[in-house]
Amino acid sequence: MQPLARLVEAALFAADRPLKLDELEQVAPDAGRESLLAAVQELRDHYQADEHGVELVELAEGFQILTRPEYAEALAQARIVNRPRKLSVAALETLAVIAYRQPVGRAEIEEIRGVAVDGVLRLLLERGLIEVVGRGEGIGRPLLYGTTPAFLELLGLSSLDELPKMEELSVVLRPLAEEAGE
Amino acid sequence: MTGLLQINSDRAFVVELDEFSGPLDLLLTLIREQQIDITDIPIARIADQFLAAIHELGLNQAADYLEMAAYLLRIKIQMLLPRPIDEEEWVDPRAELVRRLLEYEQIREVADWLGRRAELRSERFARGWVPELPELPPPPIMLSLDDLVATAERLAESLPQRVTHRVVPRPLDTEGATRRIREILAVKEEFDWAELFDERPSVSDVISCLIALLELARLEEVELFQSEPYGMVRVRRAAASPVG
Repeated sequence: MQPLARLVEAALFAADRPLKLDELEQVAPDAGRESLLAAVQELRDHYQADEHGVELVELAEGFQILTRPEYAEALAQARIVNRPRKLSVAALETLAVIAYRQPVGRAEIEEIRGVAVDGVLRLLLERGLIEVVGRGEGIGRPLLYGTTPAFLELLGLSSLDELPKMEELSVVLRPLAEEAGE
Repeated sequence: MTGLLQINSDRAFVVELDEFSGPLDLLLTLIREQQIDITDIPIARIADQFLAAIHELGLNQAADYLEMAAYLLRIKIQMLLPRPIDEEEWVDPRAELVRRLLEYEQIREVADWLGRRAELRSERFARGWVPELPELPPPPIMLSLDDLVATAERLAESLPQRVTHRVVPRPLDTEGATRRIREILAVKEEFDWAELFDERPSVSDVISCLIALLELARLEEVELFQSEPYGMVRVRRAAASPVG
C-alpha cells in the first residue's frame, strides 16, 4: 500500500466514528481530495483483495472500518460486541415519515400514521436519530424535526440520497417531494 | 401481518392489537386479509369489522382507533345518502380514506426498508463500537393482586420477630476485680483507680471494680481518697492491711 493509504487506515482505525473526507484532509493537509479518495479506494480494495475480517464502508457521509457481517454471530455470541436494540415498527414508521418529509412537524406525522407520536418522537430524540431543525409557521409555531447523522449510521447509509426513491416503491402515490413545499 | 386476523364465517375476530402500529395498520391488514380492492372498499363491512376488532381495547389506548372508527362510520353514512342525478358531481366519500391508506402503505414500505437496512447494519461493528443507548425508563409494573399479596406475605415471613424486651446477662465480676486490686496493691502502694481498666472498659467492668473497691474499703484493706475535689480517685494500701 501507498503511504497515504496507510495513513488513512491509521486515521480510520483510531476514530470512533465515520470520518468525513474533510477530516481525512486534516490528517494529510497536503494530499488533496483526489489522492485521498484514491487512498481510500486503495485501502478498500486492499481489505477486499486480501480477504480481511474487516472492510471499509462508506457511511454517514464518511468512511469507517467495520467488521464483516459473517462474523456478527460469533462476535455477539462471545459478548465481544453488543447488538444495538431493534427499533419498533412505530419508530421505523415515524423515521420513514421524517426522513422523506423533513423538516416536518408532529401534526403531519400523526396525520400520516394515524396515531399520536409524542412518545415515539421523544424516544427517537433521546437516541439521537432525529433532532429539532426549526419551527414551522402556523399556530404555536410547531417544532420541526429532521434526521441526524446517527440515523444514517444506524442504517448504514452514506447519505439521504440512498433512501429508496418514491417512484421505485411499489405503492406510488403523488411524489412526496412536491408536498414538502406546501 | 398476514394471518394475524382470524376471520370466521360469522366475521368474529381475534385480534392482537399490540401487533398493530395504529388504526391505519389495522385497517390495511383487514383489507389485505380479505383481498379487497383498496379503491373500492366495502365500507359498511370494513367499518363493522374495525369496530369489532377494537372492541376489546381499553379506552385509554384506543383513542386513535376510536377516532378512525368514527371516521369510518361517517363515510358509511355518507355512502348511504342519495347521490345526485348527475354522477359527475358525486365525490366518493371514500376518496380521502383511500388517499390516506395509500400514503400510509407507502410509508410502511419505506419503514420496512429502513428496518431491513438497520438489521444489515447491526451485523457490522466498528472498532470498540459501543452501541448501548441511554436506558429507557422501566415499563410500568404489571401486577396482579394475588402476586402482590403473596409477595407481601413472603416478605412478612422473612422479617425478624419483633422484640419487645430482651434480658441480656451482664454478670458483675466483683471477685475478679477484687483479685486485680490485690495484685496491683502487691506491687504498688498507691494507684489511680483508672489503672484497673482497659482502654475501653464496659459498664459492668467499671461497676465490678467500684463494688470491689467499696467492699475492700469496708474491710479496711484499702483507703480511697482524692487529692482535690473531682480529682482522680486513688487507691492506697491501708496501713493496717496485711502486705501481699
